[in-house]
Amino acid sequence: MQFSLSEEQTLIVETVRRFVEEELAPYEDEVERDNRVRPELIRQVRERAIERGLYAANMPEDLGGGGLDALTVALMEIELGRTSFALQYAVARPSNILRACKGEQVERYLLPTVRGERVECLAMTEPQAGSDLRAMKTRAERDGDRYVINGAKHFVSYADVADYAILFAASGVEDTPRGPRSRITSFLVDKDTPGFDVVMGPESVSHRGFHHCELVFTDCRVHEDRILGEEHKGFDVANAWLGATRLTVAAQCVGRARRALDMAAEWAATRKQFGQAIGKFQGTSFKLADMATGIEAAELLVLRAADREARGEGRDRDFAMAKLYATEMLARVTDDALQIYGGMGLVKDLPIERFWRDARVERIWDGTSEIQRHIISRSVLRPHED
Amino acid sequence: MKVLVPVKRVIDYNVKVRVKADRTGVDLANVKMSMNPFDEIAVEEAVRMKEAGAADEAVAVSLGPQQSQETLRTALAMGADRAIHVVHDGELEPLAVAKMLAGVVGEEAPDLVILGKQAIDDDANQTGQMLSGLLGWSQGTFVSKVDASDGAVRVVREVDGGLETVALRMPAVLTVDLRLNEPRYASLPNIMKARKKEIARKTPADLGVDTTPRLNTLRVEEPPKRQGGLKVGSVAELVDKLHNDAGVI
Repeated sequence: MQFSLSEEQTLIVETVRRFVEEELAPYEDEVERDNRVRPELIRQVRERAIERGLYAANMPEDLGGGGLDALTVALMEIELGRTSFALQYAVARPSNILRACKGEQVERYLLPTVRGERVECLAMTEPQAGSDLRAMKTRAERDGDRYVINGAKHFVSYADVADYAILFAASGVEDTPRGPRSRITSFLVDKDTPGFDVVMGPESVSHRGFHHCELVFTDCRVHEDRILGEEHKGFDVANAWLGATRLTVAAQCVGRARRALDMAAEWAATRKQFGQAIGKFQGTSFKLADMATGIEAAELLVLRAADREARGEGRDRDFAMAKLYATEMLARVTDDALQIYGGMGLVKDLPIERFWRDARVERIWDGTSEIQRHIISRSVLRPHED
Repeated sequence: MKVLVPVKRVIDYNVKVRVKADRTGVDLANVKMSMNPFDEIAVEEAVRMKEAGAADEAVAVSLGPQQSQETLRTALAMGADRAIHVVHDGELEPLAVAKMLAGVVGEEAPDLVILGKQAIDDDANQTGQMLSGLLGWSQGTFVSKVDASDGAVRVVREVDGGLETVALRMPAVLTVDLRLNEPRYASLPNIMKARKKEIARKTPADLGVDTTPRLNTLRVEEPPKRQGGLKVGSVAELVDKLHNDAGVI
């Protein structure tokens, strides 16, 4: 067991922290107020992140990325989690699934995305296919060397900014012992492809400035050379590359919780009622103790899961535990922070109400708490089942 | 031209410092440590001189415990070429530091030594001046501008009455002030490069310096808590308070 950071990791954490303080935090209020990140601001953050070598830091060095291992990426995500989600998203960590690109796809999608010239979005969820992804209705039907795509996706994050989508569509049906099952294929689809429309989705309570969209496909024709991975093997590609993205959510929750605790502790130490700092009252101080303990516990889960991933031993169960615990911890910590602030916690002049609102989505996206518990319990039961 | 930059590991400037219960010093347990901010300015200046072509090599040196290596790594990530770590546990006084630095200068033969005007832990403001004395070199202290070329260096000093411009013959020792520059923070690729840069290790014995402290710290105390202010109703009351309560007029 090794619980300390390397010199290099310490320096990287310092650099990301400075970047967050100097390049992102000053724009938080603007993003919150306007519910958007101005395109010029996205460009500015992108340029500065490239200068600092933080852009696409998760991607391997030979692809032009930062070459950070999963553990160091998690440390970076913790720091980025302290600021506005919409803002930090411009410091891209391109989806690992792009590493499945082959042939021409590498030059067309993977490399420009690492360089910051193109931006991707991931289109999976549908109105009738949330946690149950295989129920997706969007169809890809073969027509010669092309596919004809019809259907609609929703809750596609960042599709308003992205240039292309990594789309998952049902490409056929296979018989299995448990009955017929959709076969899924993954495609790279440019946003200007005829028959592909992007519509802004309804406003969400969490993460102002970070939008989700509906993607509508009407006889959208896509060449077979845009298949990511193999035909009908879309879930294999997703499972191979997307497992660890849950750690991103978990790590960001740790960072945001830490910021909420910092603010709550400062308030508790200085706000006076009944002649003393409210932090002296046990009702407040014990809250702070529980908040701090929850954050440390979540961080350990995140870093252990990330360490295993970095050593090529990443396990779904560890990702699920980290995601479940960190997101539920954030809900408690932001709620407690708000309670310590009292009425001031609810006003928009302070970021506390935002942390509280933003915490809500974390238990839902990238696999709900229920799905994480399903994954964990399955791994607990399996050794005892016949 | 070669520049030597001494850097010190100190309590981070953001930390609220507390005195140990036995009042023998400041509590360092689980406290964040970083490079002395004035030394960061010195490193930045050396790196800028390199980037401008005025210097060929910047060497960082630190005297202190094993963990001082992290401070050196920061200097390397900012752009220093290599580093020297004189490993020493326990207290070091400015004179011992200056003597060891003089030893390092003897081995490295730099044209300039650039260091912070003082470290933010003890605020001694002695090391640079002592080093210059031991070496018999020119010194420019409280420097807010540096222009080095052809064996001479012109510096602007921040003095009580304003700014003083002096020309120094090299080799020279410069101690830098706050307004000289704004130090950069390391980029990811430079952090990666720093991993491969060399840190040579030495001991005070290698440099033939006796580090035994000459001063004995009797007691360390927190500054008195500030008393809250008070509002007065009139000028007469103010004068009365200043005269009778404060006793200043």
